[in-house]
Amino acid sequence: MIEVNKQGEVWVFAEQHGGKLEEVPVELMSKGRELANTLKVPLAAVLLGGQVSELCERLGHYGADKVYLAEHPLMEHYQTSSYTKVFCGLIEKYKPQIVLFGASPCGRDLAPRIASQMKAGLTADCTDLQIGSHEIKSTGTVYDNLLLQIRPAFGGNIIATIINYDRWPQMATVREGVMPMPTPNIKNKAQVIKETVHLSQSDLAIEILAEHRQQKKVNLKASRIIVAGGAGVGSKENFKLIWDLAHCLGAAPGATRAAVDLGFIDRDHQIGQTGTTVRPVLYVAAGISGAIQHQAGMSDSQKIIAINIDPQAPIFNIAHYKIVGDLTQVIPMMIKAIKEKA
Amino acid sequence: MGYHCVVLVKQVPDTKRITGQAMNEDGTVNRAALPAIFNPEDLHALEMALDIKDKFGGKVTAMTMGLPTAATVLREALFCGADQAVLITDRRCAASDTLATSYILSCGVRKLNPDIILCGRQAIDGDTAQVGPQTAEKLNLPQVTYVEQIIKLDGKTIITRRNLGNGWQEVKTKLPALLTVVDTANEPRVPRALRLMKYKTAKCRGEIEAMAKTDPSIDVDAVCKELDSKGLLIQQWDLDYLNADLRWCGRDGSPTKVHRIQSVVLTAKETKEIPPTQASIEAMVHELIVDHTIG
Repeated sequence: MIEVNKQGEVWVFAEQHGGKLEEVPVELMSKGRELANTLKVPLAAVLLGGQVSELCERLGHYGADKVYLAEHPLMEHYQTSSYTKVFCGLIEKYKPQIVLFGASPCGRDLAPRIASQMKAGLTADCTDLQIGSHEIKSTGTVYDNLLLQIRPAFGGNIIATIINYDRWPQMATVREGVMPMPTPNIKNKAQVIKETVHLSQSDLAIEILAEHRQQKKVNLKASRIIVAGGAGVGSKENFKLIWDLAHCLGAAPGATRAAVDLGFIDRDHQIGQTGTTVRPVLYVAAGISGAIQHQAGMSDSQKIIAINIDPQAPIFNIAHYKIVGDLTQVIPMMIKAIKEKA
Repeated sequence: MGYHCVVLVKQVPDTKRITGQAMNEDGTVNRAALPAIFNPEDLHALEMALDIKDKFGGKVTAMTMGLPTAATVLREALFCGADQAVLITDRRCAASDTLATSYILSCGVRKLNPDIILCGRQAIDGDTAQVGPQTAEKLNLPQVTYVEQIIKLDGKTIITRRNLGNGWQEVKTKLPALLTVVDTANEPRVPRALRLMKYKTAKCRGEIEAMAKTDPSIDVDAVCKELDSKGLLIQQWDLDYLNADLRWCGRDGSPTKVHRIQSVVLTAKETKEIPPTQASIEAMVHELIVDHTIG
């Protein structure tokens, strides 16, 4: 661990694979900027990889004041051990007060290893971050300007706010899709700090024999409108109605975990606690009862239309438009209405 | 030949089947509303370990940290085929966060000196996925997360296939190593009838002590001795037995603290009820076009 350092910077792990910057660190730059402004400290991106210096400029456009650039041929492919070694070295050298990671498969592999080596705290899968104070009731001690790490727990049934006041840095992984993407500003230039990296083959604990990455079949996060179906859709045949309405709205088709488990649609379309988190302009929920795990992934939608046969379905509690009815009748009516108006 | 696999398991509240209110009015978690189960992904880790034993020989040890009541999941592991079970229980473990938990578990694993350590990718109560990697770090061992399949085991190294969500990776690492297992890895076996008959009376010392509280005629030492002679005593270790450094255990050993807990309150926004008629739906669509939501 490092000592509490109120002048410490706010850091964001700039996750990249094959020289391509992931979306989640970009999302984190907007929240990181906000935290850094509140604390009046710089925002820095930490960029590790083989040859990745060309990404520094973009990180500047997205709001980074600084980029710590650590390049080494042995870091071309992400590996827990090598990245942990280099990242911990940087934390010990610069003593940041906050370090943020995307809660991606890579971020959730790396962040706990770093936190354990640093003997520092880490909160997983945050959905919001704020700056605030914490009082220890028994002693009356007040800690100001702490990172409030806000996350759902117990399957989304409660929201916990976690803090770490003494064993720094304050670290968190943040769910993908919950922070808005910042608008790039090409005038914003980051100061690039090149780090010397010492790594040898013995720092690599694993050998990558083969790898395959595929693009997701659908980009739910980037969709303005989402039409999602749940178990209430009833069958794969009926699920065609979801696709039809999505096509006619220029929307992406989404689904609940139940609908995915029933084989109505591919897992890439899953929205919720264990799927993608979305915040579209319009969310149409058809045959979705509104389990808390699903709501966790879509309740921030600007407008929600819910169609359900059960007037008591919890989804109606967060819906702007409540349609109690049979979706096999309602959806064709909607398609007809949209085709006529447009 | 053969491998000693230690499977780290957790008893968790069944967050998917919450009956009644998840929270008490004073803001604490209402345990009574949450039935306790074997963490689902840990069952897949156990299955992977049992499969290694079936193919290569060796033994499987299930280990958990928790209250004596957590021995329930250890019995389930014994029913399914685990050879031995270890409960780490100590009041000084209370309020451990993932880092302190990992430290304590690593002390337990060290006692067993296994070839392979397996655990579920994450537990459904916290969904953190941190204890696996942190336990690996505390043991200074390589971690392989999101393991879906073991491709090859040759005594000194292991080749596994990782499911990365948007693709996969095949990796080779030296043993010993720690694997976290995903739920697409296998179909966990169900308890075997013969094993269930044999191990249903298996208990840890803490459970016998709890029974003795209501029935003073029970001689705890004598019952433990008898169970042990039949191979039915679940081993129970405390922090002294583990030689654990108390600075890294429990509340003191946990850098993260709870600032606040809130029950999720579904915010009822202004809801317009639209009857399922063509005219009403057209009016709704018109409204959405006018405010530029669609079109």
